[in-house]
Amino acid sequence: MNTIEVHELTKKFGDFTAVDSISFDVATGEVLGFLGANGAGKTTAMRMLCGLSKPSSGQGRVAGFDIVRQPEQIKKNIGYMSQKFSLYEDLKVWENIRLFAGIYGMENRLIATKTDEMLHRLGFASEKNTIVKTLPLGWKQKLAFSVSIFHEPKIVFLDEPTGGVDPITRRQFWELIYQAAHRGITLFVTTHYMDEAEYCNRISMMVDGRIEALGTPKQLKQQFQATSIDEVFRKLARKAVRNE
Amino acid sequence: MGKTQQFSAFIKKEFRHIFRDRRSMLILLGMPIIQIILFGFAITTEVKNAQVAVFDPSNDIATQRIIHRLHASEYFHIAYYPNHPEDINQLFQEGKIQLAILFNDHFDQRLKHTGDASVQLLADATDPNQASIMVGYASNILAAFQQEWMQECRIPLQIIPEIRMLYNPQMKGAYNFVPGVMGLILMLICAMMTSIAIVREKETGTMEVLLASPIKPGYVIFSKVIPYFSLSVVNLITILLLSVFVLGVPVSGSLFWLVIVSFLFITVALSLGILISTIVRTQVAAMLISGMALMMPVMLLSGMIFPVENMPLILQGLSHIVPAKWFILAVKKLMIEGLALRFVLKEFAILALMALLLITVSLKKFKVRLS
Amino acid sequence: MIQVRQISKNYKNVQALKELSFEVQAGEIFGIIGPDGAGKTSLFRILATLLLADSGSARVANLDVVQDYKKIRSRIGYMPGRFSLYQDLSVIENLELFATVFNTSVKENYDLIKDIYCQIEPFKDRKAGKLSGGMKQKLALSCALIHKPTVLFLDEPTTGVDPVSRKEFWDMLRKLKQQGITILVSTPYMDEASLCDRIALIQNGQFLHIDSPQNMVKQFPKPLYAMETIENYKWLNTLKNDARIASVYICGEKLHLTFKADPALHLPDLVPVAPTIEDCFIHLMQYN
Repeated sequence: MNTIEVHELTKKFGDFTAVDSISFDVATGEVLGFLGANGAGKTTAMRMLCGLSKPSSGQGRVAGFDIVRQPEQIKKNIGYMSQKFSLYEDLKVWENIRLFAGIYGMENRLIATKTDEMLHRLGFASEKNTIVKTLPLGWKQKLAFSVSIFHEPKIVFLDEPTGGVDPITRRQFWELIYQAAHRGITLFVTTHYMDEAEYCNRISMMVDGRIEALGTPKQLKQQFQATSIDEVFRKLARKAVRNE
Repeated sequence: MGKTQQFSAFIKKEFRHIFRDRRSMLILLGMPIIQIILFGFAITTEVKNAQVAVFDPSNDIATQRIIHRLHASEYFHIAYYPNHPEDINQLFQEGKIQLAILFNDHFDQRLKHTGDASVQLLADATDPNQASIMVGYASNILAAFQQEWMQECRIPLQIIPEIRMLYNPQMKGAYNFVPGVMGLILMLICAMMTSIAIVREKETGTMEVLLASPIKPGYVIFSKVIPYFSLSVVNLITILLLSVFVLGVPVSGSLFWLVIVSFLFITVALSLGILISTIVRTQVAAMLISGMALMMPVMLLSGMIFPVENMPLILQGLSHIVPAKWFILAVKKLMIEGLALRFVLKEFAILALMALLLITVSLKKFKVRLS
Repeated sequence: MIQVRQISKNYKNVQALKELSFEVQAGEIFGIIGPDGAGKTSLFRILATLLLADSGSARVANLDVVQDYKKIRSRIGYMPGRFSLYQDLSVIENLELFATVFNTSVKENYDLIKDIYCQIEPFKDRKAGKLSGGMKQKLALSCALIHKPTVLFLDEPTTGVDPVSRKEFWDMLRKLKQQGITILVSTPYMDEASLCDRIALIQNGQFLHIDSPQNMVKQFPKPLYAMETIENYKWLNTLKNDARIASVYICGEKLHLTFKADPALHLPDLVPVAPTIEDCFIHLMQYN
């Protein structure tokens, strides 16, 4: 079963083709790394998948809904977390959870029980009434991720989720991601950091609006005869004609 | 590379920042124009169909002709002919009339025999601007009549209009807004814009790089001050031109000292801006502080909108530390009342003292390091 | 070129730096490696004379950071975390401004920045705010180099920059080193550690270890093994509870393991691997 199915998706802005006929599928419970240099078309592609931008041509289904005709249903079934914006720093932990769960229309009683359950699982039970600002960075990241999957979305978009955290926290974070994937949530990770990309099940690399490579980290390294994803990226990016 | 070159490079940079932010620049340069025009129109300068009461005990040919002329003008509508002058008070209080005209008895006879007769013009001066305009129109009509009558009778005669402003005899508030707007705009541009410009560098991190370089922090600060000083001068000129040519508020005192006191006030405002920038870290905070701590007092305590004399004592006391109050006072005296320099020496001294104090404090507070 | 002794710095109730000491030799690329919030920026600001330490002393180019701050400021190049450029000024205007700041001209020191600047020169009339991350980084570096500094402080210069530009950036640093410039650079990215001559791993305001990346890896105390499975997550949970395993964690598409005693267990596809700086960091974090 696929959570994302995209067929010849294209987005043009005037003469400029930002996304050029991309096709790919993402299986349920898969962690997909979505990479590309600045201006390669990543953001435009992601906006279309989230139902925020209409494609010029092509089709796509996300979480079983059509990206052109059912953008509202898609928005209800996705979660989002970015390193830059994730939680409100001046709210308490539970207030953040409650706020975001409320946005997705969850019932108050359900929110209350799930909050305790989640904090307990993370080992944060004692921090329920803490103002988010005072938490260590790594905790914030883990909490932000847990909040982004709190409403049980079918798919979560993660933007540079573990940039700048220490290696141990980073691993704990990836364990949370794998755990979510294990429960059937599909994860869509965008990042600039190629060693972060190596944690994904499959990696897609965009160059000039097209997907130039798609496969497991191992496959890509073999295909491009490289020792790291970083090298694969550099080999591909060199082909880019667009210069922002 | 000399120090002057460094300094001029920084001034050039500041002007670039200002000119490239088209929107802010338009606001800065357009604001005085819009404010003057808005305030100017809010105070109605157009008098149409003012309700008038005429007390005419003589009821002779001269008064009839005057009343006829008044009636014919589009400005006045003669609504009442009271029999007793006492009734006029009542009419004013009920708000039924804005102007009353009272003739002597035997007006025509007096005019012909003694060559002078008097008319009393009573105006409701709660809106002082409108009152003075009404009185002006009525006086003009009287003068025109006098001219005509003189030619007909070929004797020298004189109608003396005796003018009384009711409720606001000193005509306070008429052009108060011009000095007020000057205070407001200069404070806004100098204090708010300088503080924002300095804090912006803190926010974007460029201040960090400049601090870590051998450039003297004073250069950075003064290079910010100069462009805003020149912008303020442009605004000052705009306001003065507008008030003289559009609103007809003349500079009745010394233009030279008016300019000097404005420069003094600009200096106070600029140093306030620098002081604010040393306290806050974000542009939003700079804006809020200059907005709340500077604009509000300027609007409320400077006498621009509410007369300070009517405020509670605490607020009156508080108003003394508002630089704009002294500036507005000085401008009123110099520009509107046309007083000589010796009458504004106190305001000059206070503003100079404030400038000195603020510059010293902000220089002391300015750090050569972060935090 | 840089000597730091027992530097401590506290903010309200957070101890940002705890008695840090280290030395950087002339002509060295020294990396401060650690996560966000570890104290990297505070350290850089103290050395760039922008912040006063609560205790301890530091010397840069043989000058005291407190007493001789004015002298230091004309000798160092500093690139703070965010690329601190004037967004509304063009590339060339930024460069010229920073040249004036240091009492020099672009022409005078063009040789030093030529390699870097020539890559952005085609866009010299573009506003700095309209540049890509990589180009901004190059412009910021050019601005920091314009006065031929003897020491260069680069605080997280590669954050938010794409891999190609990152690679180019490190190549540039190598060239600068050849010209005798001492470079202190910080990064949260462990994979950049091997590009430094020596590194200090920093966590919670303390150095975990200072050494060359090669030595650090050599000193990894136990043989490290990698295991590649299709179901890493399941294996991880199983192995975590295995008493014979000293540590197990995910590393990219593999699991990294150390054992309490050798020889290793019989696990599928288990191969010995050379530890990376990240493995060392994890080990040191657990050890402390």
